[in-house]
Amino acid sequence: MNHPFLPLLVMFAVASVIVVALLTVASLFGPKSTNAAKNDPFESGNPPTGDARIRFSVRFYLVAMLFLIFDLEVVFLYPWAIYFRHLGVFGLIQMGIFLVILTVGYVYVWKKGALEWD
Amino acid sequence: MIVDLAIITLKAVLVVAMVLNLAGVLGWIERKGSALIQDRIGANRASIFGFAGLGLVNTLIADPLKFLTKEDFIPPKGDRFLHTLAPCMALFPALVTFAVIPFGDVLNFGERVINLQVASLNIGILYVFAMGSLGVYGIVIGAWASNNKFSMLGGVRGSAQMISYEVAMGLSVIGILMVYGTLELQDIARDQGTLIRDLMPSWLSFLTPIVGWLPAWGIFLQPVAFILFFTAAVAETKRIPFDLPEGESELVAGYHVEYSGGKFLMFFAGEFAEIVTAAGLVTTLFFGGWQVPYLMRDGFHFPWGGTLLLPHLLIVLMQVTAFTVKVVFFCWVQILLRWSVPRFRYDQVMRLGWKMLLPLALLNVAVTAIWIIAAQ
Repeated sequence: MNHPFLPLLVMFAVASVIVVALLTVASLFGPKSTNAAKNDPFESGNPPTGDARIRFSVRFYLVAMLFLIFDLEVVFLYPWAIYFRHLGVFGLIQMGIFLVILTVGYVYVWKKGALEWD
Repeated sequence: MIVDLAIITLKAVLVVAMVLNLAGVLGWIERKGSALIQDRIGANRASIFGFAGLGLVNTLIADPLKFLTKEDFIPPKGDRFLHTLAPCMALFPALVTFAVIPFGDVLNFGERVINLQVASLNIGILYVFAMGSLGVYGIVIGAWASNNKFSMLGGVRGSAQMISYEVAMGLSVIGILMVYGTLELQDIARDQGTLIRDLMPSWLSFLTPIVGWLPAWGIFLQPVAFILFFTAAVAETKRIPFDLPEGESELVAGYHVEYSGGKFLMFFAGEFAEIVTAAGLVTTLFFGGWQVPYLMRDGFHFPWGGTLLLPHLLIVLMQVTAFTVKVVFFCWVQILLRWSVPRFRYDQVMRLGWKMLLPLALLNVAVTAIWIIAAQ
């Protein structure tokens, strides 16, 4: 009964009830009508051309990769930050080396132009 | 045992209700506040028996009713299941994130000691980030399922923007974690009850008469982290000046172009719930959470001497009120921001995230580490 994650379960249940209730109410009430023009994807009133799942700029993909790299390294910093006071100078030097390596990678990414958007 | 479960449920319902209610009131503040800023009248049409309540009837009763009775349109060329899933993924994480944010200290009720926080997790802030990053799925799935070019562009922009600012947000908090040495938000809030003079290293003791009376809030210990965190948090809520995913002038409404009725309301409520959560986080990490300066568990203890003992219930009430006032203040700051500054260009948004916030946050971590070692 005193498991720390039990309140989360209750919270999830409460939020789920609200989400499902909103969905149900929204689909129960409200009119249903259909016509050809309404079923077209909205493209500012012009007749839609082609499929919407188009190819997009590779830069977005690049951002996703950079996110993976940097977010993982941020996660490594969390346990270190919590125990920092106990680790003292030793921890400072160790994490300093890690941060230097991270910074080298960051400078490389910057110089390669992966962060440019023009 | 049943009582324990009842208390947990009560707290969960209370917190979700508070977030949703604040989100609703924010909708009103947004409409009336923007009208005030732009010298308009704002929402005033709907009324019950002639009572319009300064537009409250309009935004709290008429708007949701109208949303829920509109047609729930699903684009036939889109994906039916994903189109329904997306608003759930947008609203659900925004509602549950508040679970780890404390809204008061402890309430002694007879024999029972009730922690005024839904879930006391030792991974506190990691849970916040875990849930916060789930929000990006709502955008991506919604954009993909709509099968609309505007949605697609908005979704791609939104996902790249949100994950970029997540890195900066995660890094900016590390300074705070180093100072307080815990991930649990209730402990962080409790630690902010001390005074700066208790934390001052001996070689800085000459500063004690000047700043020693300040409470040890995050804003005084980590001012740079506050600016970085707040910027990243505003960017995560996808509002002006960071509203590229839904920029009206270019993308109509971005990822929710093809949404109507209740599902649009869910995206809308999710966005406002995110604002409330961001305000709650900023309050807890940097502005003492539920702390009232100099208010301890038995009353006021002023740094210049003198105490004022108060009854327990009054103290709890003051703490919860202080927390609410701070949260409402930061909600208002975010809304003020939305109506005061123009939208960034996309390259500016990405440059701010990757080339300014990220290196500044790294620098903040390094400086904090050296400072703590030097102060020991």
